[in-house]
Amino acid sequence: MIAFFNRARALMGPEMAGPGFALLAVVVFFSLASPQFLSRATFGSVAFQLPELGLLTLAMLLPILTGGLNLAITFTANIAGLTAAWVLKSNGGVDAGPVAFFIACLLAIGVGAASGLVMGLVIAYTRAHPILVSLSMMIFLRGLGEFLTRGGDISGFPTFIQPIGHGSILGLPIPLLIFIICVLIWHVLLTRMKLGFNTYMIGSNIEATRYSGINTRKVQVLVYTLSGAMCAIAGIIMMARFNSVRVGHGESYLLITVLACFLGGVNPFGGFGRVIPVFVALVVLQLLSSGLNLMGANQHLATAVWGILLIAVMILRYAAGHLKFLQRIKG
Amino acid sequence: MHRMIQSHATEFALLAVIIVISLVLSLSTDSFFTPGNAFDLLNSSSVNIIFAVGLLVVLIAGGIDISFAVAASVVQYVTAILLGWIGGGGWLSGLLIAGGAGVLLGAFNAFLIHKFRIISIVATIATFNIYFGLLMFFTRGVSIYNLPEWLTDRVILYEREMTDGSWIEITLPVLVMIICVVATWIFITRTTTGRQLYAFGDNPEGARRFGINIGAMQFIAFGWLGLMAGIGGLIQAHYAQEVVPNALYGRELDVLAAVVLGGARLGGGKGSVFGCVLGVLLISITQNGLNLAGVSPFAFRMIIGAIILAAITLSNTRLEKLLPFMRQEGGRG
Amino acid sequence: MSELARPKSGQKPLLSLRNINMTFGGIKALKNVSFDVLPGEVHCLAGENGSGKSTLIKIVTGVYRPEPGASIDYDGQTYSHMSPVTAQAAGIKVIWQDLALFPEMSVAENIAFQTVLGRWPRFVNYARMRETAIRALARLGVSLDVDLPLKEYPISQRQIVAIARALVGEAKLVFMDEPTASLTQSETDHLLDIVRTLSASGVAVVFVSHRLAEVLDISSRLTVLRDGALVGVYPATGMTQSRITELMTGKTFDHETRARDVSANPAMLEVEKFSRPGLFEDISFTVRRGETLGITGLLGAGRTELALSLFGMLKPRSGTIKIDGKPVRFSSNRDAIAAGVAYLSEDRLSLGLIQPQSIADNLVIASLDRITSGGLLSDDRKRALVARWIADLGIRIGRQGDAVSTLSGGNQQRIAIAKWLATDPKLLILDAPTVGVDVGARAGIFDIIAKLADSGLAIILISDEVPEVYFHADRVLHMAEGRIVNRFTPRDCTLQDIEAAVYA
Repeated sequence: MIAFFNRARALMGPEMAGPGFALLAVVVFFSLASPQFLSRATFGSVAFQLPELGLLTLAMLLPILTGGLNLAITFTANIAGLTAAWVLKSNGGVDAGPVAFFIACLLAIGVGAASGLVMGLVIAYTRAHPILVSLSMMIFLRGLGEFLTRGGDISGFPTFIQPIGHGSILGLPIPLLIFIICVLIWHVLLTRMKLGFNTYMIGSNIEATRYSGINTRKVQVLVYTLSGAMCAIAGIIMMARFNSVRVGHGESYLLITVLACFLGGVNPFGGFGRVIPVFVALVVLQLLSSGLNLMGANQHLATAVWGILLIAVMILRYAAGHLKFLQRIKG
Repeated sequence: MHRMIQSHATEFALLAVIIVISLVLSLSTDSFFTPGNAFDLLNSSSVNIIFAVGLLVVLIAGGIDISFAVAASVVQYVTAILLGWIGGGGWLSGLLIAGGAGVLLGAFNAFLIHKFRIISIVATIATFNIYFGLLMFFTRGVSIYNLPEWLTDRVILYEREMTDGSWIEITLPVLVMIICVVATWIFITRTTTGRQLYAFGDNPEGARRFGINIGAMQFIAFGWLGLMAGIGGLIQAHYAQEVVPNALYGRELDVLAAVVLGGARLGGGKGSVFGCVLGVLLISITQNGLNLAGVSPFAFRMIIGAIILAAITLSNTRLEKLLPFMRQEGGRG
Repeated sequence: MSELARPKSGQKPLLSLRNINMTFGGIKALKNVSFDVLPGEVHCLAGENGSGKSTLIKIVTGVYRPEPGASIDYDGQTYSHMSPVTAQAAGIKVIWQDLALFPEMSVAENIAFQTVLGRWPRFVNYARMRETAIRALARLGVSLDVDLPLKEYPISQRQIVAIARALVGEAKLVFMDEPTASLTQSETDHLLDIVRTLSASGVAVVFVSHRLAEVLDISSRLTVLRDGALVGVYPATGMTQSRITELMTGKTFDHETRARDVSANPAMLEVEKFSRPGLFEDISFTVRRGETLGITGLLGAGRTELALSLFGMLKPRSGTIKIDGKPVRFSSNRDAIAAGVAYLSEDRLSLGLIQPQSIADNLVIASLDRITSGGLLSDDRKRALVARWIADLGIRIGRQGDAVSTLSGGNQQRIAIAKWLATDPKLLILDAPTVGVDVGARAGIFDIIAKLADSGLAIILISDEVPEVYFHADRVLHMAEGRIVNRFTPRDCTLQDIEAAVYA
C-alpha cells in the first residue's frame, strides 16, 4: 500500500499539491452548494468541454517546459481545421467519404506541425524570444485564416464525423477518449523519452544542456512541431463538435491554457511540470465552470473565478514555502 | 554617427524599414504620401502608442503585463459610471478618474507580484481573466452609447486645408499621446527613478545591493502602465464614441508585439520610447498603406504578422552578419 | 616589505564588528564573529568558499541584517545594522565578486550610479555623471569610452569599471571581493598600486582573494574565517600561502609532485598545428594513455578555447587531431563525445551542471543511450547507473532526486566528473576543476583524477593555479596569447620555475 502511494507520488510529483487541493475544494464546495452537482449531467458537460481546452493546453505545455510559450495555438488549431475542411469540401462536402476524412486529418496535422516547425526553426536558430515569434505567427495565422475565409465560417461536412465531437463509446465521450490518449502520449513522452528528458533540461539551462552533448536546436524544433500537431488535433475535434470551422473559434482559450499550466504547477520559467497535475487542473477549471453554471452564473463569471483560483493557489504556494522556511529556521 | 547607429541599432533598423515601406507605398498609391494621410495615421495610432509607452516601462523593469488592455476597458466603464454620478464632468475630471482607476488596477498587479512573489506573467494572466470576466459579468456585455457630449465630440486643436484638398488635423488624442510619450521619455531617461527602473530590470540583485527599493519599483512600473492604460482607455472611448466591453480584448498582444519590435527586451533593462513609437508606427503605416493600395482588409493581419516574424528573425540574426562593414568602423576605438 | 605606514598600536578602529550572527535556512553562516579594520590599513579577509566572507561583507554594507545583539561601530557611530543607503553615504564601498554592474547601461552611468540613488526622483545630470566617471577612470590610469553600454566591454574592463565605481565619492572603507580574478598581471600590479595610493590617503581596503600571495606584501593584517567562525587575526608579515591554507582549512597539506614518466604508453590524443587565428595558433602536443597533461597560463591565454575546439564546440581553422591513432574531425560536441572526448566546463554553475535539476538527471544527461531500452528511458537502469557512480566516486548526496544545487561545490564537481565518466571517455579534459571547490575538498578531486589516470584514461588538466598543474600533472604546457610558449616536466623543474615563466 505504501509502495503504491510512493509510486503515485513519484508519478505526479510535488506539483500535485496545488491542483489536488483545488479539486477537493471545488468538489466539496459545489456538492454542498448544489445537489445536482454530483451527477451524470455534470460529468457529461465536463467530459465534452474538457477535450478542446485540454488538447490546446497540452500544446501549450511543451513550449512552457522549455522556458518558452506558444501563443499561436488557437489559430494553429483554426488553420488546421480549415485545412481539413478544405479537403472535405473539395471531396464532395457532405458526401465526402472516410478516406477523404482520413487524408483531411493527416493534412491538418501536417499543417499544424508545419506552423510549429517554422516557429521552432526561428526560435532555435535566431534565439528570438518565443513569445515574440509565436505572437507574430499568431497574427500571421489569424490574418491568413481571415483572408481565406473572409471572416465567415465553413460548414457542411459528412455526418459520420460528428461522433468525434459528440459520440460516446461505452458511455465515455469520444473526444474525452481522444484527449486521454493524448494525455498519456504526452506523459510517456515527458517521463520516458529522450526528447522529454531534454525538454526539461533545456527549460532549466539550454547552454549547459548543449555542453552536455544534446542537440538543443533539434529539441526546440521538435517541441514546437509537436505543439503544432497537437493544436491540429484540437482543431479537428472543434470542427467535428461545431460542424463548422471559423477563424477565431476558441480564441479565448489561449490565455486559459497558460493559466491551466500554471495552476498545474508548471514552472513559468520552464524545466519543471508534469502532465497529470495539469490534467487535474483542467478538470478543476471545468468543474468550476459547470458548478457555477448550475448556480446560475455564466461563463464570464467562471473566467473571473479561474483567475482568482490561480492567484489563490499561487498565494498558498508562497505561504507554504514561507512556512517551511520559518520551520527550518526554528529547527 | 556610427556609434550612434550602433548603440541604437534597433531604432535605426526600424526607421530604415519604415522609410522603405513608405517609399514603396508612395510610389504605388497616390494618397499615401500626403500630409492628410500622415495625420490620419497619427490619430488612429494614438491609443496604441499611449498603451505602448506604458507597457515599455513595465518591460524595462523586467516585468510583463497581459492585463492592461482589459484593465483599460474596466476603466472605461468605471469612468462612464462615475461621470454619470457626478453629473457629466469634463476632460479634467474624466482624465483624473480614468488615470486614478488605471493606477489602482496596475497597483493591484504590483501588489500580487511584490507581496506574494508571483511572477508578473502569472499574476497578470490571472488578473486579465478576473478583470475581463467580471467586466463581462457585470455589464452583461452591454455597450454604453450615451456618453457625455464633451467626451464624444471631436476636439480639433489645429486644422488646415492643404493645396491638394486634403485636411490636416491635430486632434485631442494626438495631443494626449504626445504628452504621454514625452512624459514617459522624461521619466525613464531623465529622472533618477527612471534610471533605477532600468537598473532594476537590468540586474535586480545588483540594484538590491545598492538599496534600491524593489517594491517601490514594481508599484511605480505597474502604476505607470495603469495610468497610461487609464488615459488610453478614455481616449479610445472618445475616439470610438462608445464603450464596448470587449473592444480592447486582444489588444494587449498586438501592443506587446509592437513594443518588442521596437527593441524592448522581455526580461528587462532595455528599450527606448523612440523605438517603441516606431514599432507601433511601423505596424500602422503598413496597415494604412495596404488599405490605400486596395489590398483586401482580410489580408492585412497576415502581411503584418509576416513582417513582424521577418523583422524578429532578421534583428536576431546579428546585424553585423548582414552589414559586415559596421563591425569594423563602428567598433570600439 | 612595503613602505606603508603600519598602524600604530592603540589606534581606534574605523570599523569594529562584534557579536555578528547570521542564519540561513537553519545553517549558521556566521557564528559570533568579530572583525576590526583600522583607518588606512590594507586588510586581508581569508576563508574557504562558504566560510562567511561574502556574508560578512553583505552585513557591513547593509544587504543583510545581522541577528539581534550585533553591534557595528563605524567611524564613531554605533549601528545595530546598516542599510545599503547609509553604508554608501558613510563611504563604505564594495567591489563585488560578481561585479553587480548593469550591462545595458553606459559605462558613465555604471561608475556614477550612486548619483541616481535616493528615494525622491530628481533629474539626472548626465554631464556631471560623465565627468565623475572620467575622473574615476583617470584615477586608475585608464581611459574608456564612457558613453558605450557596458556590455560592449570584455570582463576584465568591466572589472575596472567596478573598481572605478568604488572610487566615486568619499570612500573611507573599500571591500574588494576577488578583484583580480580576471585581471592580467600588469592590470593586477596596477590595481595594487591604486590600493597603495588609497591606503596612503587614509582609505582602508579589505581584500578578499584566493590568490592571497599577491596581496600579502601590501597588507598589514589578516583575518581568517572558517565555517562561519573567526579563526584569528594575524600580522601579514611572515605569513605564507601554505600557512594561510592551513588556517583556512584546519589541515596541513604536504605536496609532492606525482608526475610519472609515461612516455612508453601509446598516444591517445595527437594534436598537430591546430590553429584558430585570434584564439590559439600552431598548437601541437600529444597526450598518452594514463597521462595527465597540465595546461596553464593566464586568463585569456586561449586555454579554454583550445579545449572547446578539441571538444568540437569551436571549429579550428587548420590543423589535425588524431584519437587512438585515427584522424577525427568534429562538427559538434556530439561527434567528440562519440569519439571518446569529454569536457568538464570551467563554469560549473552555468555550463557544467544544470543546477535546478536533479542529481540523477545531471549524471545521466550525456549518456541517455545507456539507460534506454526499447526506445524508452528505464528508471531502474537510471537509478542503478547513478548509484554506481555515486559509490565509485564517493559522492555524498541525500536523494538522487534532489537538485544538484543543494550539493557542496566539491560534490557538485564529482557529479560533473561522473557525468562524463558515464560516457566511457578515452580523453577527459578538465577545465579548472577546482574553481569554487573548497581547499579541503580539492584533494579529493585530485585523488579521483589520479585514479582515473592510473586506469588508463588520458587527461588534460587546465588550471591557472600553477601549483595544481605542477603537483598533479605529468607534463605541463604553458600557454600565452594563444600559443604554447613553454613545456615543463615537473620531475625536472621546480614550482618556482613554472611560476616565474607564467607570471613574468
